[in-house]
Amino acid sequence: MEIYWYIIIAVVLAIFFILDGYDFGVGIIHLFFAKEEKDKEVISKSAGLFWDSNEVWLVAGGGMLFMAFPKLYASAFSGFYLPLIIVLWLIIFRAIGLEFRNKINVQMWKDFWDKAFGVSSLLLALFFGIALGNVVRGVNLGGVTNGVSIYESHYFFLPLWNSSFSPLSESPGVIDWFTIIIGLIAVVTLAIHGASWIILKTNSSINKKLISVIGKLNIALIVLTVLSLIIWNLVNPNSLDNFMDKPYLIIFPLIYFTGLIGMLFQRKIKKDLNRFLLSTAIILGGITSSLASMFPIIIPSTNSINEPLTIYNSSASNYGLSVAFIWSIIGLILVFIYAIIQIRFRSGKIDKMDYGH
Amino acid sequence: MDDIIFYDRLQFAFTITFHYIFPQLTMGLSLIIVYFKWQYIRKNIEKYNDAAKFFMKIFAVNFTMGVVTGIPMEFQFGTNWAKFSELTGDIIGQTLAMEGLFSFFLESSFLVLFIFGEKLMSKKMHFLMAFLVFFGSWASGLFIIATNAWMQHPVGYEILDNGKYVLNNFSAIFNNPWLLPAFLHNQLASLTTSAFVVASIGAYYILRNKNIEYGKLFLKTGVIFGFVSSVLLIFPTGDWNAKNVVKYQPASFAAMEGIFDTEKGGTEIVLIGQPNMIEKKLDNKIAVPDVLSFLTYKKWNAEIAGMDKFTEDELPDNIPMLYYSYHIMAGLGTIFVAIMGFALFLLYRKKLYNYKSLLWAIMFLFPFPYIANLLGWYVAELGRQPYLVYGLLKTSDGISPTVSSGNTLFTLLGFMGLYFLLGLLFLMLVGKTINQGPKPQNI
Repeated sequence: MEIYWYIIIAVVLAIFFILDGYDFGVGIIHLFFAKEEKDKEVISKSAGLFWDSNEVWLVAGGGMLFMAFPKLYASAFSGFYLPLIIVLWLIIFRAIGLEFRNKINVQMWKDFWDKAFGVSSLLLALFFGIALGNVVRGVNLGGVTNGVSIYESHYFFLPLWNSSFSPLSESPGVIDWFTIIIGLIAVVTLAIHGASWIILKTNSSINKKLISVIGKLNIALIVLTVLSLIIWNLVNPNSLDNFMDKPYLIIFPLIYFTGLIGMLFQRKIKKDLNRFLLSTAIILGGITSSLASMFPIIIPSTNSINEPLTIYNSSASNYGLSVAFIWSIIGLILVFIYAIIQIRFRSGKIDKMDYGH
Repeated sequence: MDDIIFYDRLQFAFTITFHYIFPQLTMGLSLIIVYFKWQYIRKNIEKYNDAAKFFMKIFAVNFTMGVVTGIPMEFQFGTNWAKFSELTGDIIGQTLAMEGLFSFFLESSFLVLFIFGEKLMSKKMHFLMAFLVFFGSWASGLFIIATNAWMQHPVGYEILDNGKYVLNNFSAIFNNPWLLPAFLHNQLASLTTSAFVVASIGAYYILRNKNIEYGKLFLKTGVIFGFVSSVLLIFPTGDWNAKNVVKYQPASFAAMEGIFDTEKGGTEIVLIGQPNMIEKKLDNKIAVPDVLSFLTYKKWNAEIAGMDKFTEDELPDNIPMLYYSYHIMAGLGTIFVAIMGFALFLLYRKKLYNYKSLLWAIMFLFPFPYIANLLGWYVAELGRQPYLVYGLLKTSDGISPTVSSGNTLFTLLGFMGLYFLLGLLFLMLVGKTINQGPKPQNI
């Protein structure tokens, strides 16, 4: 049961990062590359039409995490208190930017909310990457100082940063030089993803330029990936064990590198959808590889006194998980049906779709 | 109270109060939109379709606000109430996860299709979209109230040696005797808010001599829905809830009714008065003898326990606020019935649209159902104190063990600032939509 829920939640969150990921990416591209009002409008629309149904995946994933792994939810959410609340503020701010931009037809108004949308998208992408970095690196569970736990063994509290910015210290902060690199990877990945989405869904005049932007970003991503892999091993020396034990898990890194290498040839791609699928593969492969390398651990411990949080020691009761298994199957089938109905109505370029009238 | 508990509670109270401004409108309004769409199919008059689309615009702004202020609510269970989440997540996680899976997907998917898809589908399909949005939003309400009902009156659980609450009977959560009355009362209350908003916009158009046809339609619809729902709010649902409180939380009942001393043979009902917590009595009291006993037990001389029967530990920790919340809510509810009843009478006599003073009153009345709604929730939440899970888990034992008061105060101030901005923008946008009217000349 734990494994079922682990997979379901991973899938839901991966879908969230793929779907809302292009939203964030669109925001980043918008911030740096959209110059003319016509492009700005259509680009922000390509995110704005869909963001709230995309964010539902986050809410659903959060709810399921709460239900299936309450101890993990309690520990992680209180431990990452400040970064999470800041993420909430950014989500709110970004949503305002998207929703309210076109409600008043004054250039100054639009420019302001465009920037709000762009900057908060950029910061959110960075923070999500940093979050992944934190989960991989681990935290000081139990708040161990001088060899003694000051909290219960599964609780912790992370400052935003500590003075050394080092992921190797016993009590690291949220932001250190390892998590920053993962954060940058997230920003670059989502920017590529967002650009692919814009090319797929709009006829904006910068589409040609975006193809070359993707090319450059992809090179940057390759460099960052190599760099992060080296440091990754330093931060978490056991990161390859799972792949040695269960060779079939290599499929996940393969997905990642297929996306990454495939993107090198994206100029030759005829169908825009294929480019979007490549960037989707990068995100999907990146998230699943990280999870596969850690399984069954979810939050490693940076000290040797307290056990890491795993899916087995943080899960809900068997009865609860089993009941939820039944309703979740029904729910997921329904969600699947909604998705098919949606896709039927929503396909095609969005330039001509109208809001309201 | 310690700083940290105070800030945690204040932050939750502040963010949930602000959040609940929006869902209470969307839940009720979605039903009124379904009504307009249904009338459109039945009568085939464009006016009804315009009305549905106009209110869906207002709905959409409220929905967005509801989503962005709702995510912090879900997060706060973990960020600020970690111990509570850890201990009870096995149970309340069920309903919260179900809300995400069963309601939000439904609501958001079909809202988008309703707004963008009218030209892509038949009339009946478009009606169906509106109905599914309504269904999703009410399902969401059901899951939230089921969660709250479990906290008010825990059922279907067992407590393990390590203090964890685990589920042992899933269906008990939905058969909870607290759930149905609370759900119906809450949904009727949100319908009342929406009906008053619809009527208020109608009165505004008529008084401003603008969009008169729509004004009359909105006013009429709002008055009918408003009267019916505000009557049902008092009886049977309000009455039913009060009986649940007296049965399951007698200490809260004594506090909200303001009964300091148990009376022999018949308890009075307090209409007005200020709780004086030092002398343990009500100042400036106006009360009617024996009525509370009759309302509660259908017997004029039934005894009802006063606050003197309970220890300090069993009583809610903010009695005056609980008392005021309850009395203002009940007082407003009575006023709503009176005004909507009078308006309905005039509508029947075909005099409503020219009765200017009543139109002014209806136009300015719309904030009050919001207040009554929120106060109703304050009654439920303050009444449950000092517990998070009634009788079992103290509020002070539910907070996050590692988050300091300085951090909570920081985020509380941040939420206040951000929500102030959000509130301003929201009012501006809704005001603009109302001013443009159902048939904007030029956009």
